[in-house]
Amino acid sequence: MEALPDGVTMTFLKSLLLALTLIGAPALSAAQSIEGAAPPAAAPAAPPGIEPLPGPPSVDGSAAQGAAANPAPSAAPALPVIAPTPGIGVPDGRMGLQEQVTDVGRDAAYFHDIWLIPIITAISLFVLALLLWVIVRYRRSANPVPSRTSHNTTIEVIWTVLPVAILVAIAFPSLGLLARQYAPPKADITVKVIGNQWYWTYQYPDHGGFELVSNMLKEPGDAPAGQRTRTDADGPRLLAVDERMVVPVNAVVKVIVTSADVLHAFAMPAFWQKMDAVPGRLNETWFKAERPGVYFGQCSELCGARHAYMPIAIEVVSPTRFAAWVAAKGGSMPGGAPAAPDSTAASPITNPGAAGVGQPGVTAGDDLQTNPGASNVIDVVETPAVSSQGATNSRRGGTN
Amino acid sequence: MTDSTARASHFIAHDEAAHDAHDADHKPGFFVRWFMSTNHKDIGTLYLIFAIVAGIIGGAISGLMRAELAAPGVQFLGTWTQMMSGSTNPDEALHLWNVLITAHGLIMVFFMVMPAMIGGFGNWFVPIMIGAPDMAFPRMNNISFWLLIPAFTLMLGSTLVPGGTGNGAGTGWTVYAPLSTSGSAGPAVDMAILSLHLAGASSILGAINFITTIFNMRAPGMTLHKMPLFVWSILVTAFLLLLALPVLAGAITMLLTDRNFGTTFFDASGGGDPILYQHLFWFFGHPEVYIMILPGFGMVSQVIATFSRKPIFGYLGMAYAMVAIGVVGFIVWAHHMFTIGMDVNTKMYFTAATMVIAVPTGVKIFSWIATMWGGSLSFQTPMLWALGFIFMFTVGGVTGVVLANGGIDNYMHDTYYVVAHFHYVLSLGAVFGLFAGWYYWFGKMWGRQYNELLGQLHFWVFFIGVNILFFPMHFLGLDGMPRRINDYPDAFAYWNNVATVGYGIMALGMLFFFVNVVWSLMAGKKAPDNQWGEGATTLEWTLSSPPPYHQFETLPKID
Repeated sequence: MEALPDGVTMTFLKSLLLALTLIGAPALSAAQSIEGAAPPAAAPAAPPGIEPLPGPPSVDGSAAQGAAANPAPSAAPALPVIAPTPGIGVPDGRMGLQEQVTDVGRDAAYFHDIWLIPIITAISLFVLALLLWVIVRYRRSANPVPSRTSHNTTIEVIWTVLPVAILVAIAFPSLGLLARQYAPPKADITVKVIGNQWYWTYQYPDHGGFELVSNMLKEPGDAPAGQRTRTDADGPRLLAVDERMVVPVNAVVKVIVTSADVLHAFAMPAFWQKMDAVPGRLNETWFKAERPGVYFGQCSELCGARHAYMPIAIEVVSPTRFAAWVAAKGGSMPGGAPAAPDSTAASPITNPGAAGVGQPGVTAGDDLQTNPGASNVIDVVETPAVSSQGATNSRRGGTN
Repeated sequence: MTDSTARASHFIAHDEAAHDAHDADHKPGFFVRWFMSTNHKDIGTLYLIFAIVAGIIGGAISGLMRAELAAPGVQFLGTWTQMMSGSTNPDEALHLWNVLITAHGLIMVFFMVMPAMIGGFGNWFVPIMIGAPDMAFPRMNNISFWLLIPAFTLMLGSTLVPGGTGNGAGTGWTVYAPLSTSGSAGPAVDMAILSLHLAGASSILGAINFITTIFNMRAPGMTLHKMPLFVWSILVTAFLLLLALPVLAGAITMLLTDRNFGTTFFDASGGGDPILYQHLFWFFGHPEVYIMILPGFGMVSQVIATFSRKPIFGYLGMAYAMVAIGVVGFIVWAHHMFTIGMDVNTKMYFTAATMVIAVPTGVKIFSWIATMWGGSLSFQTPMLWALGFIFMFTVGGVTGVVLANGGIDNYMHDTYYVVAHFHYVLSLGAVFGLFAGWYYWFGKMWGRQYNELLGQLHFWVFFIGVNILFFPMHFLGLDGMPRRINDYPDAFAYWNNVATVGYGIMALGMLFFFVNVVWSLMAGKKAPDNQWGEGATTLEWTLSSPPPYHQFETLPKID
């Protein structure tokens, strides 16, 4: 409990200034906040990097490349921080769904983007077109004498049956999707997730039962001196945490979600995952992330004052790196075997909705174990994934 | 009950000669008229004034929320907390955010939309439209209204007393346990719960009154299948209220005893279950959303028929579509709870059942369009609101179909996508219906016509404003922004800022509304009996504007 963040520092002077800008010139404040959104968008310029140096706490948190101030609590060799990839696993202000890196997520996103969005757009435009037509055609000047028609059984039957048909066409794939979401393969590892006011704890019962307390990282200047603060490699403001939940790539992760106090919700948009944390209940869900990297979510059930300040960060790593991480946390691998049986099978992309996100299996992370500190910058995403991400974006742009 | 007996005598003696003319318009003195009222029109007026006041407060609160969310970071909460309680504790400032979202939701639902639609327009026009002299239980009508005053006082007062981390109830309008029980020490949540009890009792009494009135006091010849659709909508709404609100009352009573008397209905450590509360709440909560929209359906039907100069298309289909929506509305509640850790079969059932509601809703949308088809349309302010209603409700409806899919809701649940959805059906649906009714009946209620130019300006500015305000919330939700957060990652800044600009435009639109009300009441043109011409066929247009203090002393006969 000592790890609780002790409040979000607010500088009232700054807020007053912002208030004046907002009241005085809405346009100006609009420009300001767009600027505010710029840093994460500009981030792709810098290569997504891993900063392996567990050096002393950085004095200048805003230094280029975000020098990680790793506290390195134990003597074990600290693993480098995996920096987020812009546009994958982090919100980026887009007008559509986040990139999905699980089968379940791609399925659902495909259903949403290729089926639901076109249908609802067509219905809305159809109704709009009918409205515009009657407005123009039957305005009083164009049609001074109204008809007295008030019944037409045929058309009434049609507009009852046709929506039923559309709904059936939605319901069947929808129920299939649900069935697949509820059919987990045999779990490779289990993580118990516990919501607390206002942080998450992660337990690894298969790996010696060690526990992590995951708190949001504060901004440099907001935290008491000496406390670790957020760097760009940790992730965006309000999303970066000090202890990420780490899982192996391509492993089926069984997640047991519960709460120690009030309701919370464990949410990971990039995995199409959301499960309420309910005190007194053990909710089970699962995911199988196919792309190494770090992914961010936020508590998604109102849980009190600092509801906005308990983010979730999941780091998906190679099995070897996972084993190293477990060792660094004082845990042990079950039976000494790596927990990701199919991590070597880089399955080709067959799902048309997948659009190539997350070329699985290939990571440079393997090098880390044998030669820590050898490389300063490691691309966790292969180039094809980045380019295809652009393609999915333009597709979504079209349907929205 | 002497009054209703008196009314009953009119009923029996409807074929006798009318009373003297002065009798019909004899008004009691100010205090008796407004504080001990038994007149459905006066009580309707009180409800409307109440709803406008509550709407101003609820709308101002959403303005505070949009100001805070205009840019990333915590801007104003600290200052506001300091102004309200003198505290500089940052956690109290964050708690204030939760108080704001809670108050906004509860005020808009229980103290703005419901009083305006059911208490306001329902009271004013249901008796007139069915040819009745008044409501069945005039004194119960009065207590229905006056229960709202202490309810609202308790709600506002709860923000001044401790509610856990800071002052006020910060539980969200859903009041989920255990945040509302063990998570919120202090009297604020108790006050909010009592407030809901009173508002609920008020609505139950009102519902009893409407059902009795509609079933027993229709003029000769006014069969159920001849009733105007607005009366149908209020009848269905009253049944929903009568069946849903007692469940809410039970649920929040259990919250109270969990909080104060050591019971553990919703506490797992004592054998209870927090999910039980959610089931009870949403068994009420889902019908509640139809309670808020059905009277809007009714008003839009009247407006569309009037301004098309055409009888409503598919009248019976329209009436029974509302009945169907009401019935199905009771068996879909758990789609609000798709992420609680629900069995897959249960999830499939609620997915399928929820989608069924789109069918009667589609019937209504298409019937409105068919009513206009072949009509002779004029586009005065009420018609603009009704047309806006149809399209915006369609947009809110289709995103509802997206959310109905349990496998999709997993992603959208508790994100801004949901916020966008329900504001499209409420802020752009129910509220558009309210404004349609307000302009439609303005001259009838107050005897003076509203200003057409100001009315049109109000519509267009408000329409543009709310769309800029709420449409970007779809994008925020799809990008993963959770609801009910006071600060957000910087990537969400752009669309949040756009939304806040939209709020400003909407607020400007409301300025036209208020100017219009004040100007028209003071200097508006005298309203004729029937302002809208041949399309306005319901009984209120046969009366003077405003109607006599007691109408239909001799009951009208409907062929």
